[in-house]
Amino acid sequence: MIRKTEVEETLKRIQSHKGVIGTMVVNAEGIPIRTTLDNSTTVQYAGLLHQLTIKAKSTIRDIDPQNDLTFLRIRSKKHEIMVAPDKEYLLIVIQNPCE
Amino acid sequence: MEIVYVYLKKRSEFGKQCNFSDRPADLNIDIPPNPELAAQYVERNPVDMGIQCSVSMSEHEANTERFEMETRGVNHVEGGWPKDVNSLELEQTIRFRKKVEKDENYINAIVQLGSIMEHCIKQNNAIDIYQEYFNDEEEVEVTDEASSAKTINVFRDPQEIKRTATHLSWHPDGNRKLAVAYSCLDFQRAPAGMSHESYIWDLENPNRPEMALKPSSPLVTLEYNPKDSHVILGGCYNGQIACWDTRKGSLVAELSTIEFSHRDPVYGSIWLQSKTGTECFSASTDGQVMWWDIRKISEPTEVVILDITKKEQLENALGAISLEFESTLPTKFMVGTEQGIVISCNRKAKTSAEKIVCTFSGHHGPIYALQRNPFYPKNFLTVGDWTARIWSEDSRESSIMWTKYHMAHLTDGAWSPVRPAVFFTTKTDGTLDIWDFVFKQSDPALSLKVCDEALYCLRVQDNGCLIACGSQQGTTTLLEVSSGLSTVQRNEKNIAFSQKKQSLEMDEEVEEDNTGEEEGGDEEKSA
Repeated sequence: MIRKTEVEETLKRIQSHKGVIGTMVVNAEGIPIRTTLDNSTTVQYAGLLHQLTIKAKSTIRDIDPQNDLTFLRIRSKKHEIMVAPDKEYLLIVIQNPCE
Repeated sequence: MEIVYVYLKKRSEFGKQCNFSDRPADLNIDIPPNPELAAQYVERNPVDMGIQCSVSMSEHEANTERFEMETRGVNHVEGGWPKDVNSLELEQTIRFRKKVEKDENYINAIVQLGSIMEHCIKQNNAIDIYQEYFNDEEEVEVTDEASSAKTINVFRDPQEIKRTATHLSWHPDGNRKLAVAYSCLDFQRAPAGMSHESYIWDLENPNRPEMALKPSSPLVTLEYNPKDSHVILGGCYNGQIACWDTRKGSLVAELSTIEFSHRDPVYGSIWLQSKTGTECFSASTDGQVMWWDIRKISEPTEVVILDITKKEQLENALGAISLEFESTLPTKFMVGTEQGIVISCNRKAKTSAEKIVCTFSGHHGPIYALQRNPFYPKNFLTVGDWTARIWSEDSRESSIMWTKYHMAHLTDGAWSPVRPAVFFTTKTDGTLDIWDFVFKQSDPALSLKVCDEALYCLRVQDNGCLIACGSQQGTTTLLEVSSGLSTVQRNEKNIAFSQKKQSLEMDEEVEEDNTGEEEGGDEEKSA
């Protein structure tokens, strides 16, 4: 219970950073556990990024089996999508980097 | 020589079983070689003979039938909830989420991922990794690559009975779509059951047109409204003017009444620059040019008869095959006629007779294309019979430049919108020529065989790179031109027509010498 506040703090801190548009925590089945965006957008991000993360992870492992994926960043014209993968969960943050 | 072997057998021994026995070989016939026969042959020394001991195989290619593929994505709306949780029930989902949030694994994972994530977020906020450091460096122009063009895509008429692609129009925003008008221009030879439909193609999908336009009579010309990209103007084979709104669908939104429309196919239709963006004008071989407002399309707002004797007799009128309008010169327009004469007109003239300002003659046949140079509007290009000619408004007796007489008729032509000295022409032998007269005057800079049948129309996209040309079988080919032909060269603007100015001055001097003869010739031509 005490540790639960750590989670709250962490997520709140992340969301309050400059340029952050949305934060989501999704489990491996695509169920949004915590999200600051609406459900349909979250589910869409979850589905697409989950596949991409698995592909990226397998790419890294194929090249070097001792290596593993720690972080994935996708920079697009409008914003940057950052994905931190875990065994069961995905932490996804969409940020508009300052220009 | 007959080879005969005789053996004897008794009659009583017929039918008896065969008793085989061995005996040594017996020479029956010996034929010695005849050297005289050898004289009929010539000896060959050495003799090369290839022998291969292998399995004989053959190679065969077969092209499978076209297989249409489509890529589709799936959009998930809800995540994969476990079976006992009903995703629509708010209580159950909240309960599920609360359960997950209490999980030890979850807490550890989030805390750890959170710290990595924060690091990257802060990084993003600290430095812009895409910052341009070397803004002042200019790009070095590389202009010595050979000019080339390649076909990007081909759009085929999906109908069984193929029709000619008679006109093309690019979508005004973004140029991702192309409207193609299909009709059969052979007089009364359109096959029964020919469809009247014309199509709008999306450049990404050549398998199926994006939208079909269904008029009551096949369309000869088609133009997007440059102000409102949903509105399309079409000129029909029976002389009517039709208007579509692509948001409303494939059927005609507005149609002019038959009584007040043209009496011949509408060969030219152009949108005018007006505040409302609803005005257009059209020309046809019946000798009339009509102005329309599409809000009230039942009647034309104005009609001009192309009678160059200025008597406004429809019988004397020349049939119009092409129409030209430049928005920078809104009161003037030009008409190319079937008789090979270009008529320059002024819309704002007081009387109808004064609307016709002057004529330019020089072609032997119908003028299929007429366009002012986008950089030098006083000069215009005409394409007709076997040549393409460039004229200047100041020089009325003849064109200032012309190509040689080709082996095939020229069917359409256009200036490049980015390079003042480049223009494109299409011919009935299926070739597209790209001319660059600061580079080479006698021949095209690039000549491409696009297809085996005749090419009928041509349209260049506004960026000067993409060209679409339509053929007699309804096939529209999209070509991309190399950057050498689509980026402006240094000094080109100055060079392009400065030579023409010089030659014009020379022409004027010649004119002064021959004034008597020239005028006489002029009168004959315009009569």
